[in-house]
Amino acid sequence: MKHTWRRGRFLAVAAVTTAALALSAACGSGDSGSGGTASGEPAEKVTITVQTFGGGKNFGYDEAIAKWNRENPNIQIKHVNLTDQFEQVYWPQMIQWLQAGNGAGDVIGIDEGGMGLAKAHPEWWVDLGEYGLDKRKSDYAEWKWQNGIDSSGKLFALGTDVGGMSICYRRDLFEKAGLPTDREEVSKLWPTWDDFLEVGKKFKEKVKDAAFVDGTNTIYNVVLVQEAAKNGNVTYFDTSNNLIVDKNPAVKTAFDYAVKLSQEGLTAKLRNFSEEWNTGFKKSQFATLGCPSWMLGVVSGNAGDELKGKWDVAAVPGGGGNWGGSWLAVPKQTKHPKEAAMVADYLTGKEAQVSVFNYAGNMPSNTQAQQDPAVQGAKDEYFNDAPKGEIFAKSAAELQPVFLGVKHTQVKNAVEQVISAVDDGSVPADQAWQKLVDDATKAAG
Amino acid sequence: MSLHTDYSGPYAQAHSGPQVVPPSPRGSRNDSPGAVRRLLSWLDLKASPYLLVSPYFLLFAVFGLFPLAFTLYYSLFDYELTGEQEWVGLGNYTELLADDQFWKVVVNTLAMFVIATVPQLLLALMLANALNKRFRGQLFVRMGVLLPLVTSVVAVSVVFTQLYGRDWGMVNWILSWFGIDPIDWKAERIPSWLAISTMVDWRWTGYNAIIFLAGMQTIPRDLYEAAEIDGASKRRQFWQITIPMLRPTIIFVVLNSTIGGLTLFAEPVMFYGGRIQGGSDNQFQTVAMFIVEKGFNNFEYGYASAAAWLLFLMILVGSAINFMLIRRIGGRK
Repeated sequence: MKHTWRRGRFLAVAAVTTAALALSAACGSGDSGSGGTASGEPAEKVTITVQTFGGGKNFGYDEAIAKWNRENPNIQIKHVNLTDQFEQVYWPQMIQWLQAGNGAGDVIGIDEGGMGLAKAHPEWWVDLGEYGLDKRKSDYAEWKWQNGIDSSGKLFALGTDVGGMSICYRRDLFEKAGLPTDREEVSKLWPTWDDFLEVGKKFKEKVKDAAFVDGTNTIYNVVLVQEAAKNGNVTYFDTSNNLIVDKNPAVKTAFDYAVKLSQEGLTAKLRNFSEEWNTGFKKSQFATLGCPSWMLGVVSGNAGDELKGKWDVAAVPGGGGNWGGSWLAVPKQTKHPKEAAMVADYLTGKEAQVSVFNYAGNMPSNTQAQQDPAVQGAKDEYFNDAPKGEIFAKSAAELQPVFLGVKHTQVKNAVEQVISAVDDGSVPADQAWQKLVDDATKAAG
Repeated sequence: MSLHTDYSGPYAQAHSGPQVVPPSPRGSRNDSPGAVRRLLSWLDLKASPYLLVSPYFLLFAVFGLFPLAFTLYYSLFDYELTGEQEWVGLGNYTELLADDQFWKVVVNTLAMFVIATVPQLLLALMLANALNKRFRGQLFVRMGVLLPLVTSVVAVSVVFTQLYGRDWGMVNWILSWFGIDPIDWKAERIPSWLAISTMVDWRWTGYNAIIFLAGMQTIPRDLYEAAEIDGASKRRQFWQITIPMLRPTIIFVVLNSTIGGLTLFAEPVMFYGGRIQGGSDNQFQTVAMFIVEKGFNNFEYGYASAAAWLLFLMILVGSAINFMLIRRIGGRK
């Protein structure tokens, strides 16, 4: 009897072990974003995880969060920058977490390119209106506010920053090329993109160890949104979500310009947000890149202190445009929706947005912050005291929203792949346009 | 007191030798306890082995068989993230077979498999042969061979990505001594395969060498002694004794490497900075990366499922071919 009992116990142990293994394997994937209250602790002490993406100084929250954490011992913010690549890494991963109902942070950043898809899935989000954030409407331009409302009509995301354009350039390399270094004079060099190309050729003649622009992609995106403004503010999709890559002249114009830059040998052939690109900043491999306001934090973060003062900001050829801008949303899977909403409210509030702009350069979409003298008069020490408030704040109020479809990130990714391939020589320029259209169609399909 | 109870407890029983089960106090003359015992002992004999191996099969059913069947089911649908499902039968498969990118990644995968695996296994074999000899610090060196395996793939990739950098990489720097122009390791197809293959080899050669070594240690020493007396050279001993006797190990290692090589994923992903596309024109995207790209970047679950099944078939065919090739090693003439 005893004998069989022992065997029975062994089997029970085996069965339990199996079940435990199965469970731990099932639950093991994806570390849960929310720390916070274990059952024994007092309920009010929580940690709110904020997940974002982006290179360099990222969302620029370091100072704002440090301040909050000092003042709110019971609600601590933990900021995690997951990756610098939104389309290729961050968003696909986030979608899986949102679908699975586990893994996403309490507050997450979403780039404009992901908003089309995010809005189509109201089931993923906490209704911020429930926590009284409807009152924030007056802080935003109409389009920025509207984009934070999902297809079921509830407020799910608050805007953080907006685009706005400039060209970041290296003063020392311009000097080496015999070009003016003062930002006013540099801006006068290139009223149009053709002028920009001519300056590039002059630069190339004089400077051998650095290229004129980083690669094809930053300039491509700047031209794309500028041209989009002339073509009904759409890029890859029309407002009814039909793919128009082959019909929208904005795409073709931007593509042709990027190819021309590459064929003239003006690019350092670096793809933005890659390790090589990050190294390229440190090794001074290029003299200019397309700079929406949030790119300032990327540049200073990547290039590091040794190059402080050597970078500067000039006007962009061809007028304004709106590249970029993000939102903060609270996923439904959070255990602390109330606190998460408070954090989202704080990080998009006037005070935090002013701090972000001064620290990293991301232009606030909060209109109160935009009008704040601390923003309007802001100078950027890193960029040789460039008056970034003057450069970006003036245009911020006039920015046009660019419509981005539900599958924007996939198509953007496919398109930029082809443009990079032209630059690194793996796709011949004369076949590239057809490939771009084909790949975009497949990605949207 | 407690000591006393301890000794009268299980410990004492366990040491009291083979135990005679005392007749149960009630119904001792009844037949039924004997029948129960017979049944139990029969069950013990017939069923308990199955129960003991069952954890593996349960896990396999949950994490192997079920996903396999589920994937097959969904490969027949046009199934997207939005939740719309539409039955398309074999549509995904026909579309896949006409997809240029799919064929490109198949070629990439097979090419990297051959470039990485063939030298790797030969190297592992030679390494194992060297480790099989007696020398000082044997254990230390044998363990050292396994070190690359325990370093994280991310660390390996960071180092190798730096080595193969286009502008600042060490490999290009060394090549420049010989007047060779810098190679764009991520844009040119064959160089990218070579770079990734070295990463794979660095990680797995030692692992395979240890398995080979374990196999070599089972070969009886007297075979070598006899060969020595007959005047066979070391080289001859290797080819005529070691290789044929090692055949089961070689088959295992080759099949293992086939599966690993055809599902290559982490190294090429890390080589492109975490991007799944494997180069601007899919120069080094593998089938496994293709599946993840379609499934989790483009959210075409049905299409990705179909690709996963084709990969499964590819592995079956690849393993069968390799098995047939390897079986002939050292076979009877």
